[in-house]
Amino acid sequence: MLPLFILWLALWPALWLAPGMAAGQAPGVSLVRVAAAADLKFALDEVIAKFREAHPGVRVEPTYGSSGTIHAQLRQRAPYDIYLSADIAYPQDLVSRGIGVRSDLFSYARGRLVLWVPAQSRLPIERDGLRALTAATRIAIANPRHAPYGRAAEAAMRRAGVWAAAERRLVLAENVAQAAQFVESGAADAGIIAKSLVLTGPMRGSGRYWDIPEEMHPPIEQGGLILPWASSRDAAGRLRQFLTGAVGREILLRAGFEAPSK
Amino acid sequence: MDWVAVGLTLRLAALTTAILAVVGLPLAYWLATTRRAWRPVVDAAVAVPLLLPPTVLGFYFLMSTGPNTAIGRLYDQLAGGTIPFSFTGILLASVVYNLPFAVRPFAAGFAAVDRRFIEAARCLGASGPRTFFTVVLPLSWPAVLAGLVLAFAHTVGEFGVVLMVGGNIPGVTRTIALAIYDDVQALDYAGANEASLVLLVFAVSVLAVTYSLQRRRLTL
Repeated sequence: MLPLFILWLALWPALWLAPGMAAGQAPGVSLVRVAAAADLKFALDEVIAKFREAHPGVRVEPTYGSSGTIHAQLRQRAPYDIYLSADIAYPQDLVSRGIGVRSDLFSYARGRLVLWVPAQSRLPIERDGLRALTAATRIAIANPRHAPYGRAAEAAMRRAGVWAAAERRLVLAENVAQAAQFVESGAADAGIIAKSLVLTGPMRGSGRYWDIPEEMHPPIEQGGLILPWASSRDAAGRLRQFLTGAVGREILLRAGFEAPSK
Repeated sequence: MDWVAVGLTLRLAALTTAILAVVGLPLAYWLATTRRAWRPVVDAAVAVPLLLPPTVLGFYFLMSTGPNTAIGRLYDQLAGGTIPFSFTGILLASVVYNLPFAVRPFAAGFAAVDRRFIEAARCLGASGPRTFFTVVLPLSWPAVLAGLVLAFAHTVGEFGVVLMVGGNIPGVTRTIALAIYDDVQALDYAGANEASLVLLVFAVSVLAVTYSLQRRRLTL
């Protein structure tokens, strides 16, 4: 019996640990939870760092994932304040379902797709482009069923006429950042991923890439939505302004995004 | 190390273990002593999370507790908010998911207690609960401790259910296992390595403690 009592004593402090830490916001600081597409991983971290300098009263907490997965979670009312999707069709769909309003819908960038290989790879991507994939053994892409970059990658491969040859050698990642991780770690020998992940973060300079021409796939129009249950609409609105304003736009362009079409 | 995730994980595991002690001990005692015909059905229901993929449990949990379900609406009225993507959500899911890890060792320990002691206590006029606390529990505590430790450790290492039900929100549902998943995707191998090593050492120590307790029980 004594060990049970000791175990109970050991567990007791843990019960008080996390809630205080999680809710540990200074008074007057508002929190914005961002659910963002995985291609934004490093670029958005930089935007948030700059935003924090300009708005010390707002704390931003990003969560990255595949746009489709986040969309499914938001339909179940996941407690995020802003949704930054890689495909504007997802936030548009939420609005058409009565989640959010049209005026809170915005486009912030257009994503670019690249074929990436590690530096030591012998695949002739500069010469052959996507046709070089016929010699690859494992090709990492995001899952086309719920990741916009996966759909774009599939469309580009079909357009280049390599889909039939490549289909059985695809490794499907949950989102485009995981696809990048698969090829960066050497588990796959080529990847069709977001240009933003190649130009920012740890992958910069560790491989070679080939820009996939935009006409080879439907445009990756990235759009966002401020959710109707946002805890601070004011803070969420300010982050939206910052992301689509001069500073945010400049960071996104440097990270390999294009300005949005409209 | 993501200390917020560590604190959250410990809290989740401690609360899961506490709830499993309250719910699991009577359930296990019933399973160990009943002669009812439908006992195998309850046994199977308790054990089924051992065989189901976490995705099945996560999927059913999302479907049955979402904001548009009866349970979801009731919870919104009583507590406000949603069960999925909240700490309450991952707590409930991990209680269900860890039920066999606590209840099966409990029940095995109770079943190993000599029935004559229980019968003697009852004949001397002790009530059911009193018999349980003064006779059964003191004789079977190594098994109870093993069940609690296993449930705690298994909650710490849980991934699939928490990801599906919790959605990976920092400070709310991002446990240490999810933080490692994030680190790997962000190519932060140093961060992933550090946290993984801590979990590995933790798991080995927990198992060593559990096995040494079971060895002691055999010699008692």
